[in-house]
Amino acid sequence: MTGIRNHGTKRLRAARLSPRDVAHVGASGLRSRPMRVVLSALGIAIGIATMVAVVGVSASSKAQLLERLDRLGTNMLVAAPGDPLFSGEKLKLPKDAVGRVSRIEGVEGVGATGDLERTVRRSEKIPEDETGGIGVKAATEGLLEVLRGRVASGTWFNAANARYPSVVLGHVAARRLGITAPGQQVWMDDRYFTVIGILAPLPLAPDVERAALTGWSASKALLGFDGHPTSVYERSADAAVHDVRKLLGPSISPQSPRDVKVTDPSAALQAKAATEGAFSTLLLGLGGIALLVGGVGVANTMIISVLERRYEIGLRRSLGATRGQIRIQFVTESLMLSGLGGLVGVALGAAATAAYAASGGLPWVVPLWSVTGGFGATLVIGTVAGLYPAVRAARLSPTLALHAA
Amino acid sequence: MSTQQPGAATGPGADVLARPGTGPRPVVRLAGVTKEYPGGVAALRGVDLDVGEGELLAIVGPSGSGKSTLLHIVGTLDRPTAGTVEIAGHDVATLSDRSLSALRARRIGFVFQAFHLVPGVSARDNVAEGLLYSGLPRAVRRARAAEALDRVGLADRMRHRPHELSGGQKQRVAIARAVVGEPDLLLADEPTGALDSASGEAVLALLHDLNSEGATIAVITHDAQIAERLPRQVRIRDGRVVEDARAVGDVRTRGAVAR
Repeated sequence: MTGIRNHGTKRLRAARLSPRDVAHVGASGLRSRPMRVVLSALGIAIGIATMVAVVGVSASSKAQLLERLDRLGTNMLVAAPGDPLFSGEKLKLPKDAVGRVSRIEGVEGVGATGDLERTVRRSEKIPEDETGGIGVKAATEGLLEVLRGRVASGTWFNAANARYPSVVLGHVAARRLGITAPGQQVWMDDRYFTVIGILAPLPLAPDVERAALTGWSASKALLGFDGHPTSVYERSADAAVHDVRKLLGPSISPQSPRDVKVTDPSAALQAKAATEGAFSTLLLGLGGIALLVGGVGVANTMIISVLERRYEIGLRRSLGATRGQIRIQFVTESLMLSGLGGLVGVALGAAATAAYAASGGLPWVVPLWSVTGGFGATLVIGTVAGLYPAVRAARLSPTLALHAA
Repeated sequence: MSTQQPGAATGPGADVLARPGTGPRPVVRLAGVTKEYPGGVAALRGVDLDVGEGELLAIVGPSGSGKSTLLHIVGTLDRPTAGTVEIAGHDVATLSDRSLSALRARRIGFVFQAFHLVPGVSARDNVAEGLLYSGLPRAVRRARAAEALDRVGLADRMRHRPHELSGGQKQRVAIARAVVGEPDLLLADEPTGALDSASGEAVLALLHDLNSEGATIAVITHDAQIAERLPRQVRIRDGRVVEDARAVGDVRTRGAVAR
């Protein structure tokens, strides 16, 4: 090869494209067909938006439940008389149960209610059997604090008013009786009691919400209360709950601890929070299908794009593009297409969650994993959908591609 | 059968290798190149062709003569079924697809009949696309693109997009894209085919100018009139070189190539 010895002493090595150049060639196909880009990205966007919204809505609901749980606390236990082993015998808690429980280590507050076989009515004119499902309970002064309850209007019992014919209504009881403000009177056991307070909702004690509460001593003096509590509420430090739970029965009833039934009212809420979102599996599945359809749409767009741009492929090959560079161009294009859909989808899903949260008064929560997972899924879909068209494009013979114009 | 100049087109008996250094270095060297397509159709049947550095030649022939196949083989877009192809000193048969791509990126420029500019992108960026696969940084590519546009007389059209340019201007942009990498060989496939005669004249004049500055240019055309105006014409028919003629000064010499 003497005649050409001066040529080609350098080794031929194909140059690499910088990431910016890869993005440049990948975007070139998208820029020239904006409408098609929008439509095929839309499929992906709908799928991702569905998934992000489904996860976001259930996460928001869960966040609200957890927020409520946090406010109410999971450290309250209730002791009540157990079911009698032999029928006919009605069990009672001892009169000094409150005192016994308050001496358990770790207990921070104790309150109690005692059921009274009485009815409460708006006036004596109302027939006695129209109770409206409202119970009458004696309440200790410590009850409200242990329940973390709040008086919506009026006042709670104190050492003074607990001795007089005064009553505090749970919010359901007040509504059923038609009492809207303290100062009004209700008829109990042949005499009028004055309403001194109405409670705010108590999610952890639904039976107290549906009761008319009277002071512990007034109940004994005026309503024939025997002084045996029906429910003893205690609140302890979070760490002590487990130990306190074991000690409640023996402390209240050392002779027969099994006669005391201990429940955790927050358990139901906790279970609800734990299962929140389970229903959304079906919707997530629907979102997944939408995503799949979107991916097929992207693959379709890419295949058409390769067919249409055969000449461009030939031209790029003639300009010196390697097969790998053609491949990466089309995979990049596909990635950009689905990534665009993913971004729009995440935004739409987050917006839908925000709208739902705002309408339901929920906190707005879009878990990061759903955003990154959703976006990651679009990138996987983009790669998979773009791979086959890209391989086809790269395999295309440059001469055939140039002839196709 | 005769050869007129060292390094000129050769028949089987004339071998420039026997006289190294007596002529311009060959940029293209084909020996016994045959291209058969599946089904037994032969587009090229034993073509020998040497193109020396700084030559301006026409490869002319009617449609179906095999000149497009020859263009693809010389442009390393396709490989021959038999025979050897050397471009800028590289034996194509020994190169991988990747290396061939690198060869095209640095040594060969293409101009096509239909221009094939990227729509919606400025003339300058279109020209810079010609260096995309060369490994040069973007800033250098853009600077060289500006120089190349200046060289083809379109310094005032840098920011114009293809739809704002006339056909002749588009082809000049395409030529700038082909020469921006200063290739050893410029292959122009019917460069005036889509142009009116005035624009075609301008493009031919530009090719002459580039040639006088040292570029090696092969124009593939079916138009005998265009071919006549180039210093050397290689006529192809039925996959064979039937005539290789070149002008020396005012004297045009012709050589019939042995079949």
